[in-house]
Amino acid sequence: MYAYDELDRTLINERVSEFRDQVKRRLSGELTEDEFKILRLQNGVYLQLHAYMFRVAIPYGTLSSKQLRRLAHVARRYDRGYGHFTTRQNIQFNWIKLAELPDALADLAEVGIHAMQTSGNNMRNVTSDQWAGVAPGEIEDPRIWSELIRQHTTLHPEFSFLPRKFKIAITAAEHDRAAIKIHDIGLRLHKNADGETGFEVLVGGGLGRTPFIAKTIKPFVPGRDILSYIEAILRVYNQYGRRDNIYKARIKILVHELGIEKFAKEVEEEWKAMGDVGLTLDHTAIEEVRSRFSYPAYEKLPHMPDELKQAAHDKLFERWRKNSVSAHKVQGYSIVTLSLKPVGGPPGDATAEQMDAVADLADKYSFGEIRVGHEQNLALPHVAKRDLAQLFKALDRLGLATPNVNLVTDIIACPGLDYCSLANARSIPIAQELTRRFANHDTADLIGRLHINISGCINACGHHHVGHIGILGVEKNGEEFYQITIGGRADENAQMGTLIGPAVPYAEVADVIEDIVEAYLALRDRPEELFVDTVKRLGVEPFRERVYATR
Amino acid sequence: MTSPLEQKKIRITGPSVVTANRTWDGAVVYRTAKRGWSTELADSAVVSTSDDARALLAEATADDVGAVGPYIAPVELKDGGKVKPGNLREHIRAKGVTIDLQVPA
Ligand code: HEM
Ligand code: SF4
Repeated sequence: MYAYDELDRTLINERVSEFRDQVKRRLSGELTEDEFKILRLQNGVYLQLHAYMFRVAIPYGTLSSKQLRRLAHVARRYDRGYGHFTTRQNIQFNWIKLAELPDALADLAEVGIHAMQTSGNNMRNVTSDQWAGVAPGEIEDPRIWSELIRQHTTLHPEFSFLPRKFKIAITAAEHDRAAIKIHDIGLRLHKNADGETGFEVLVGGGLGRTPFIAKTIKPFVPGRDILSYIEAILRVYNQYGRRDNIYKARIKILVHELGIEKFAKEVEEEWKAMGDVGLTLDHTAIEEVRSRFSYPAYEKLPHMPDELKQAAHDKLFERWRKNSVSAHKVQGYSIVTLSLKPVGGPPGDATAEQMDAVADLADKYSFGEIRVGHEQNLALPHVAKRDLAQLFKALDRLGLATPNVNLVTDIIACPGLDYCSLANARSIPIAQELTRRFANHDTADLIGRLHINISGCINACGHHHVGHIGILGVEKNGEEFYQITIGGRADENAQMGTLIGPAVPYAEVADVIEDIVEAYLALRDRPEELFVDTVKRLGVEPFRERVYATR
Repeated sequence: MTSPLEQKKIRITGPSVVTANRTWDGAVVYRTAKRGWSTELADSAVVSTSDDARALLAEATADDVGAVGPYIAPVELKDGGKVKPGNLREHIRAKGVTIDLQVPA
């Protein structure tokens, strides 16, 4: 867990009273919507189709049980009893009343939660691996660096008024769970030949209308220099932003226009020219932040406790364990993913009751800690293996033990036309229908790892470009249509999917996805060949044939 | 559906209303003939010419304290003068989300 210092707490509280005053002035008519809009966006408040939406930050996806209970409280008291976990380690409340927002913010501030940097053209929350600090083989806890960057960039004037919003993600593990290649800046923590810790720096990723995969501009920047190096990137970005309007866009466009070599060269020159700007992180500064992260007092436990051996006879438990339980860096412990993707449910939604219950389970089994990942699931990061069977029973009762993590029904979906004023088409009902089609978990197991991502418009909040199967809502003559791509991926081998053919109407989407999956089952050369690998080997043509031959 | 928030030139092709979100709570509201806002589509002022639509929108926009982001939305007039949302987006705004919200427990 991370302990905020006094400065942070003061800052958060000041923001609440400031916003309370702004809301008051808005409601009395002293502020027009035009004047107010930028202020509300700075506090995570959007306007959706039928209500305001309130986006709250969960920095690097780490929550205490106390904080989760408070989110449950906000859902119950100010909203309609549920919240929606997003792909950027945020939670959104869909029905919040502007008049009550200051109270909700104040309630959250008491437990150190805020909505800063969740919207607007600023440096957004730095996201990280949801398994940070517990993943086996991790170089070191990436949240230390996320926090150092967060402290440097929060409310820093230079980062508060950027040409566009700006997103950074950090990973420190072999397998990238933070999707760093689709962020403006992606940082991969690793060690160089001298055993020094530093970052591979990637720039220019992002989805939306013009999707790009981030490219490496420097293979190794020592940890102590990372702030100054980011500063150099931002300066180059801002310079072009000022010089020429065409570049007043995301950094991905600039990188694309200049070319990665030239961009890298400009950053390098800027970095050298900057000299010492007081951004070098000395050992003390790093250790100071490191010391704010506390780790549980793990017990010395056996690798394979008797409780677990016994539970292995229970088929349902075993299926869930194989699917949702992952290795922990400490012997005798596991990381447990809680699927927020029940069959027929909206992906990523959790009720206030579920949040409260998960908080209780975290206290009982996970040292009071919960994690939020970009796949819109939760995790308990420190569960003793001997407790797994008990935990399973409790989660199952709550509807949080669907054994579908990383499987075809673990769908990432944006709110789409059911909530979002920018949408072309609905996302959630498509996801729900698909989870019903693939409701049989044995079938889903047989299919294996397969990520479906759905966005209701080209803004790509559901990351459809990088879904193994991507579904994008478009509009044709006022009707909902969907473009389908296959072969995308968001991990260390990130790439965009390829369109398989003309868009299909709402009613046919689930059929088409079933066809694609059936084609894959027939085409894969062995059961271990993942969907994305079959697509890579064969290209989209055999899938296109299968889908459009009869349409 | 192209976002109506981007309406540039106002030209309507059928019966229309002006809709927005109420400022204090964000609820969907419709401009009434009495220059107020109502949460009921049935209460809305229905216009059928572009000039009337423009006038209604201008009048509604002036009430910035009452509601946010007013725009012109299509409606259908059913037998007996009943007003129905003119597209899926407006249907969802009027009737709520099309999904079962209960996360199955
Ligand atoms: C109604 C609420 C929402 C609105 C109005 C909204 C709006 C937008 C817009 C306009 C963009 C594109 C901005 C740009 O390219 O600079 C965007 C990007 C994004 N949104 Fe949302 N969004 C909403 C909800 C969500 C939700 C619920 C999620 C998570 C499930 C989400 C995740 C993202 C992500 C990850 C991106 C970045 C995609 C990229 O890399 O380009 N958004 N959003
Ligand atoms: S992708 Fe489009 S429809 Fe979906 S939440 Fe983002 S802006 Fe809305």
